[in-house]
Amino acid sequence: MSRVRLLDIAHARSGDKGDTANVGVIALRPEWYEVLDRFVTRDRVAAHFAGLITGEVERFEVPNLGALNFLLHGALDGGGTLSLKTDAQGKVVSTALLRLILDVPDDMAVRLALPKFRG
Amino acid sequence: MTARVVRVAGGQGFWGDWLEAPRRQVEGGPIDYLMMDYLAEVTMSILQKQKERDPALGYARDFIGAIESVLPAIADRGVRVVANAGGVNPRGCATALRALARQRGADAAIRIGVVTGDDLLPRLDELLSSGHALVNMDTGELLSTVRDRVLSANAYIGSTPIVEALRRGANVVVTGRSTDTALTMAPLRHEFGWAADAYDQLAAGIVAGHIIECGAQCSGGNCLYDWRGIHDLGNVGYPIVEGTADGAFVVTKHPRTGGIVSTQSVTEQLVYEMGDPRSYITPDVVADFTSIRLAADGPDRVRVHGITGRPPTDKLKVSIAYRAGFKAVGTLVYAWPDAYEKAQLADQVLRERLEGLGLTFERILTEYVGVDATHGRLAGAPARDLAEVQLRVGVRGPSRTDVERFTREIAPLVLNGPPSVTGFAGGRPKVEEVVAYWPALVDKRVVQTVVDLL
Repeated sequence: MSRVRLLDIAHARSGDKGDTANVGVIALRPEWYEVLDRFVTRDRVAAHFAGLITGEVERFEVPNLGALNFLLHGALDGGGTLSLKTDAQGKVVSTALLRLILDVPDDMAVRLALPKFRG
Repeated sequence: MTARVVRVAGGQGFWGDWLEAPRRQVEGGPIDYLMMDYLAEVTMSILQKQKERDPALGYARDFIGAIESVLPAIADRGVRVVANAGGVNPRGCATALRALARQRGADAAIRIGVVTGDDLLPRLDELLSSGHALVNMDTGELLSTVRDRVLSANAYIGSTPIVEALRRGANVVVTGRSTDTALTMAPLRHEFGWAADAYDQLAAGIVAGHIIECGAQCSGGNCLYDWRGIHDLGNVGYPIVEGTADGAFVVTKHPRTGGIVSTQSVTEQLVYEMGDPRSYITPDVVADFTSIRLAADGPDRVRVHGITGRPPTDKLKVSIAYRAGFKAVGTLVYAWPDAYEKAQLADQVLRERLEGLGLTFERILTEYVGVDATHGRLAGAPARDLAEVQLRVGVRGPSRTDVERFTREIAPLVLNGPPSVTGFAGGRPKVEEVVAYWPALVDKRVVQTVVDLL
C-alpha cells in the first residue's frame, strides 16, 4: 500500500446550510477522481470527523466535475448565528478533510503517478 | 454567424462585499446587466431589526452607494441593475434610490422596478391557522414553538417577477428575498425569451447565477487551487457571465484585472454550499449539477454547457428568523513559554468562577486559536514551544444579564490568572442578541408577488 494525502491529490471548498457543513473535494487531475471515488468513502470521512460532528455524513458523486460532495450534519455547533465556533460557517472544514491519509494499492499509485505522502 | 451574447456581471457577493466592485464592473469593459446579491441567511433579520427602529430602513444601504457609483453607466450606457437589496423594505429602498436620482439630476433616466410579496410576516398567523405548519426543515419542530419570537419570515421568490419588471422597462430592479441565482437567471430569461418550461435553459441560468453570486469567489478569491499562482488579487476582477440563447455561457472577467477564471476556480465555486448535486431546487427549476460541462476557452475564460433541468416543486423555501437568546465571545493571548498550558489553566479558572457565580448557559465553548480552533483534534498535538496561543471562550444563553456578567470575567484574568497574558486592549466582549434561522417550506400558491414601477 502507498500512503497518499488527500491534500496532494485534491483541492476543496466548504460552506454551510444551517448546522450542516458541505465539503466539495475536487481531483487535481481528472484521472485522480478514480482515487477519490474509491477511497474517500462515506465511512472513511465519518471516521475522520468522528467526535467533531454530531450527525451523519452523506456523500454525493459529481464525476463531471471530478468531485465528491460531502454533507457533514451537526458540524457547526448549531450553525449560523447560534454557533460559538471560530469557523461557524464551515469555511475551512474543507482543509480539515484534506488532512485525510489514504492507503492506495501500489500498482494504482504507480499507474496514476500519485504523490506519496512521507509524513 | 455569431450567437447574440448577453453579459451579466456580478458586482456584490454579500452585504459587506468590496465597495469598489460595482464601479469596476461597469467601467472595466462592456456589460449589459449588473447583478448584486446582498442577502445571506440571517441578513433579513438584521434588516428587520433596523426597520423596527426606523420604518424607512430595512434594506441594504450599501446599495444606494453602489448605485451612485454606477449611475452614469445606467443613465448613459443602458446598463441595467438587478439586486435583492430591498431586504424587508424594497419600497423604502426604492424611495432612497429615487431621492438619490433626483439629487444627481438622473431622475428621468432611472426607472425602478420593485418586487414585493415575499414578506410573510404580516400573514404568519393566518398561514399557521390555515394549516401551514412551517415545520423546521432541519429539526422537524413546529413554528408554534418559537412563534412569539419570530422577527421576519420571507419566501424565496424566483425569476418571474424580475423578468416582468425588466419587460416593463425597469432599469433598476429591487427585490426582497429573491433567490441569489434568480438575479442572474432573470436577465438571461428576459433577453432570450426563455419559456417557463424551458427547463434546460432556466437551469443553465441558475448555474450561471450560482457561479457568480459570491462575487470574486469564482474568479480567484478564496481559491485553494494553486493559490500562490493567482496573481494581482489587489486588483481582482469580479466575474462576468456571457450568456447565449441556448443556455451555454462563458464565465470571464474584465481584461487587465487580477485573479483568475479557470475550470478549477469555477469548480470550487460550483461545489460551494452544494447539497444533492442532482437536485439544486429553485422556484423556477430543479437544476442537475451532474450535467454541467466545463471547458477552458482561452485565458480567463471558461465555457459552461450541457446543463439540464427538471420542473420545479410546488413549494417555496421560507426563511424565518427568530430571537434565540444572547451570546458573547471573549479572547486573551498567552505567550511563550508554555503558552498552551497557561491558556488551558486560564480556561479552567474562568469556568470555575462562572460556576461559582451560578451563571447558566446553554453552551460554553473553548477554543485555542493556534492549536485547535479550525481543525479540532485533526490538527494533532501542538508544538511544545508555540510562540503564542489565543484563548477564545464563547457563551450562549437565554439571559442577557448572565451573558453580560460573563463579559466582566475576562479582563480580570490578566491580573488574577496565569501569567504571560496580553491582547485584551479591545475591552470587554460585546453581548450580541442571537437571531437564529428557521428554514421551512410553504405552498407556492399562497405567495403572490407584485411588481411596481416607480
